[in-house]
Amino acid sequence: MAAISLKVNGHDYRVDVDPETPLLYVLSDDLQLRGPKFGCGLAQCGACTVIMQGQAVRSCVMPISAVEEIEVTTLEGLGTPEKPHAIQQAFIDEDAAQCGFCLSGVILTSKALLDENPKASDEQIRDALSNVLCRCFAHTRMLRAIKAYQRNRA
Amino acid sequence: MKKEISRRDLLKASGALVVCFSAASFPDSSAVAQEPFDTHPSHIDPEKLDSWLAVASDGTVTAYTGKCDFGQGMYTMQTQLVAEELCVSIAKVRLIQCDTSVTPDQGTTSGSQSTPTNFNTRNLAQAAATAREALAERAAQRLGVPADELTIENGVVSAKNGRHVSYGELIGGRHFDIPVSSTAERRLPSEWKVLGKSVPSMDRVGLMTGTFEFIHNVHVPGMVHGRIVRPPEIGATVANVDEKSVQHVPGLVKVVVRNNFVGVVAEKQWQAGQAAEDLKVTWKPGGELPVQKGFYDYLLKQPSREAMLVNSGDVDNKLKTSARVLKATYLHPYQAHGSIGSSCAVADVQADHATVWSATQSVYPTQHGLAALTRLPLDSVRVVFVRGPGCYGLNAADTVSYDAVLLSQAAHRPVRVQLTRQDEFVSENYGSACVIEQQAGLDASGTIAVWDCVTWSASLGGRPGYEKPGNVITGMLAGFAPEAPAPRRAAAPSGELRNGNNAVPSYVMGCVNGKCGGAGSIRSERVLTRTVRSPFLTGPLRSPLRLQNTFAHECFMDEISAYAKADPVAYRLQHLRETRLIDVVRAAARAATWDARPSPTNGTARGGTASGRGIACVAYEGDNGYAALVAELDVDQASGQVHAKRFVVAHDCGPISNPEGLRNQIEGGVLQGMSRALGEEITWDQHKVTSIDWQTYKTLPLGIRVPLIECVLIDRPAAKATGAGETAITLSVAAIGNAIFDATGARLREMPFTPDRVKAALSSRE
Repeated sequence: MAAISLKVNGHDYRVDVDPETPLLYVLSDDLQLRGPKFGCGLAQCGACTVIMQGQAVRSCVMPISAVEEIEVTTLEGLGTPEKPHAIQQAFIDEDAAQCGFCLSGVILTSKALLDENPKASDEQIRDALSNVLCRCFAHTRMLRAIKAYQRNRA
Repeated sequence: MKKEISRRDLLKASGALVVCFSAASFPDSSAVAQEPFDTHPSHIDPEKLDSWLAVASDGTVTAYTGKCDFGQGMYTMQTQLVAEELCVSIAKVRLIQCDTSVTPDQGTTSGSQSTPTNFNTRNLAQAAATAREALAERAAQRLGVPADELTIENGVVSAKNGRHVSYGELIGGRHFDIPVSSTAERRLPSEWKVLGKSVPSMDRVGLMTGTFEFIHNVHVPGMVHGRIVRPPEIGATVANVDEKSVQHVPGLVKVVVRNNFVGVVAEKQWQAGQAAEDLKVTWKPGGELPVQKGFYDYLLKQPSREAMLVNSGDVDNKLKTSARVLKATYLHPYQAHGSIGSSCAVADVQADHATVWSATQSVYPTQHGLAALTRLPLDSVRVVFVRGPGCYGLNAADTVSYDAVLLSQAAHRPVRVQLTRQDEFVSENYGSACVIEQQAGLDASGTIAVWDCVTWSASLGGRPGYEKPGNVITGMLAGFAPEAPAPRRAAAPSGELRNGNNAVPSYVMGCVNGKCGGAGSIRSERVLTRTVRSPFLTGPLRSPLRLQNTFAHECFMDEISAYAKADPVAYRLQHLRETRLIDVVRAAARAATWDARPSPTNGTARGGTASGRGIACVAYEGDNGYAALVAELDVDQASGQVHAKRFVVAHDCGPISNPEGLRNQIEGGVLQGMSRALGEEITWDQHKVTSIDWQTYKTLPLGIRVPLIECVLIDRPAAKATGAGETAITLSVAAIGNAIFDATGARLREMPFTPDRVKAALSSRE
C-alpha cells in the first residue's frame, strides 16, 4: 500500500492503495464517482474512459501510480446536471443513449478528439471511435450529437 | 454516498403508507395458479389500488411498477402513462420500479411484454384510471356537482362555477382503500396530452453528466469486494481449493467454496482480483464438448423434445404433387448478450435477512432463487432493482446476484461482486444455436402450395423463474440442476395456434382445430419444433428464437420468390392475409421507393462492389407488433465485407406511447441486429468457450459507417398496445441476407455473415 495524491475534477485527493491498483477502481470505489465504469477491464470498450492531459485514457488499465500529479477529468467533471458541458448538452438534446453505460467512452473520446482537432473529418471521428462500444447501438443519435457539438464549437 | 433504500424513507417520501405488508406467511407457490404474466401472488396485492399508486398531500403521485427500465425507455413511458391517466404533469409523478418490498409482482421485465401488460386494460394503466375516477368522484361530493361536469387539470379538479379542489386535498397521504376497477375508463388516445408525445428519456441528464446511479455505483457501509473463480472448462468440478495460496494477498477476507462455486472476498476490488487470480484450485476435468465445426450436424443427431405447432395433415402428399419442391437449411450460432458492462451486484446477507441490489429483470423470481441459495425464509429476502447496462435478455445480472449472496453469507459482510469480462462471457446464458430446415412446394403457377418446417434449437437452463436456481451458472455450481429438455414425441397440435417464438412462418394459415391464427394464406402447413439439450447454458436473448426463426423464414421466402422470378415484396403480399402485416410491408416498400423486380439484380459483375436491396417482415410473436424492414447495402466481393447503407423500417405497435422513444428502440434494434448478422458468434474448443472478450467476440463498434435509418411509424390508436423493443431487431439478419443475395446472387444460410462466409458463398455461385 502507498499513499498517493491525485487531482480529479479539480479536487485533491489522497488515497492509500496498492500502487498497481487501476485508476478506475480508485475513482469508482474510493472516490465513489459514477462516470467511469467497469466495462471490460481490458481497455477494449471505453466505458471507463477519463481525460488526462487532453487525451482520452482508459482508466481500467492505468495503474494509479502513473496518475499521480496528473489532472483527471471524468464525465461528471465536465459539467453538472444544472450546467452541462456543451458536448453533454448535445447528447441531452439528441437523447443520444439507451442504457447510457457506455457514455464515458463515447462522450470523452469524442471531446478529446474534437478539442485537439476541431475540424476532424467524419473519417477521423470514425477512426477515434473504432474501439468505443455501445451495445444498445444508439449510434445514429450519438453521431448526430457529436456532429452537433463539432458544429457548435466551431 | 451511503446506498440505503429504506422502506420507511420510501414511504415517507411518497407521503402515504400504501404498501400492505401481510403478516401471513407466503402461500406455497406451487399450490397457487400462476397469473397471466407468469407471476406468483406476492404480499402486495395487485387487485388493490393502493398497491399501485399513492397521492401525497402536495399532490405528487408515487406509482409502483414491476416493469423496470434497462434503457429501453420503460421508466419514461410508464411515467407518461400515470401522468396521462391521472391528468397531472410528468413532474408530479415519481415511479418506483421493481423492489420486492414495495412493488407488485409482475414477474419478469421481458419478452416485449411490459407495454402489453401495463398499458392496456389491466395493472398500472387500469390502476391509474381507477384513481382518476375515484378522485373525480370524491371531488364531485366535495364540490356538490356531478362528476361528469368536472374538469381535471394537473391534479386540480374544477367545477364550472370555478370551485376547485386538488388531489392532495382529496386524498393526500391516505389510502384509497378500493380495488382496481376493471371498468374504469382509460383516457382515449384522442384526448392524450402526455402519452403519445415524444417525451425525452427522463434519465438523460443524469446519464450524460455521469451522475446517474447504476448497479455498479451502489455502495453499502462496510461493503467489501468479491470476485468469482469459474471452472476453467465446461463441466469441470472442484477437487481441491488451496486457501493458503492466497494468504499473502493483502486485505483478503475469505475464500468461499460451495460445491463447485468458488469465490474470494477482499477489502478492495483490486485485492479481490489478485486473490481470484492467485487462488490455486484443482479442477476435475469436465469432459469434451462437441466439436464446433460439426456442431449443427451433432445437434440433428440428439434426442429432442418435439412440439407440433401446426399440421394440416396433407403436407407429404402435397409435396409429392407439387410442380417444384425447394429445400434449404439455415444455421444460427450461439450468441452472447454481451452487455457493455460486465455484471455487478451487491448483497448484504445477515443472519436472519438479506438485502440484494440487483440489475435483474426479475426481482421476485430472483428473491425466490436467493432464498433457496441462502436457506433464508422467502419474506426475509429483499431484492431491489438498480439499473445495470442494457441486458437484452438474460445476461449475467441474475447469476452475479447469486454470486454476491453466496459470498456475503459466507463472509458475513456486505459484498459487491464485479464480474470480469471473461467471467461475463462464460457466465451468461447464450442465445440458442438453431438449425432450421425448410421445404416448400410450388404449384404450376409459381404460388406456394405447401410449407414444411422443422426448427431445432439447443436449450439448457434459462430464466431461473421462481423455482429453478440451477438455470444459471452460479445456481448450477452451487448444486442445483438446470432444466433440460426431456425428449418427447410430438402430439397433434391442440388448443389454438401458439406462435410466441415465430416458429410458424407468416405465410401459412396457422390452423389449429379449425381456427386459423396465422398471418398467411398457405393451407398445407406443418411446423415441428425440436428442442435438444445444449452443452452450454442458454436463455432468452433479445427476440429469442423469434430472430432465429424469422431469419430462416424470411430468407427462405426470398429464395422461393427468386425461384418464382417474382418481386420479393409482391410475392410476400401474394401470400399474406394479415392486414397489419400487409400494411407494414407496403409502407416500408413505399418509403424505400422499392425497386420492384425479381432478385438477384441483373448484370452484377463477378467482382468489385455489388449493391442490393432486401426485405423482411414479421408479426412478432404472432400478434405482438408488426414490422417490415428494407435493407440497402454494398458487398465488396473481393473482401467479403458487407456495408449497409440504408434501412427503412415500417413499424406498427398499436397506439404509440412515445414516438421518439420508439424510434430510438427501432434504430438500436436494427443496428444490434446488423451486428448479430455480420459478426457475433460464440466459439469454443474441446473444453471451453474461447470467445471471452471483445477481440474474440466480434461486435460492431461506434466507429462504423452508420447506415441511414428511416422509420415509418404506423399509429393505431384503437388497437391494443403491443411490445416494440424486439420487433425491428428480428428482421435485420433476414433483410441483410436477402440484400446480399440481391446484390450478388449468393445466398448466405449460416450466420454470422462474416467476410469468409460471404466469400465462400460468392465463390460457390453457379
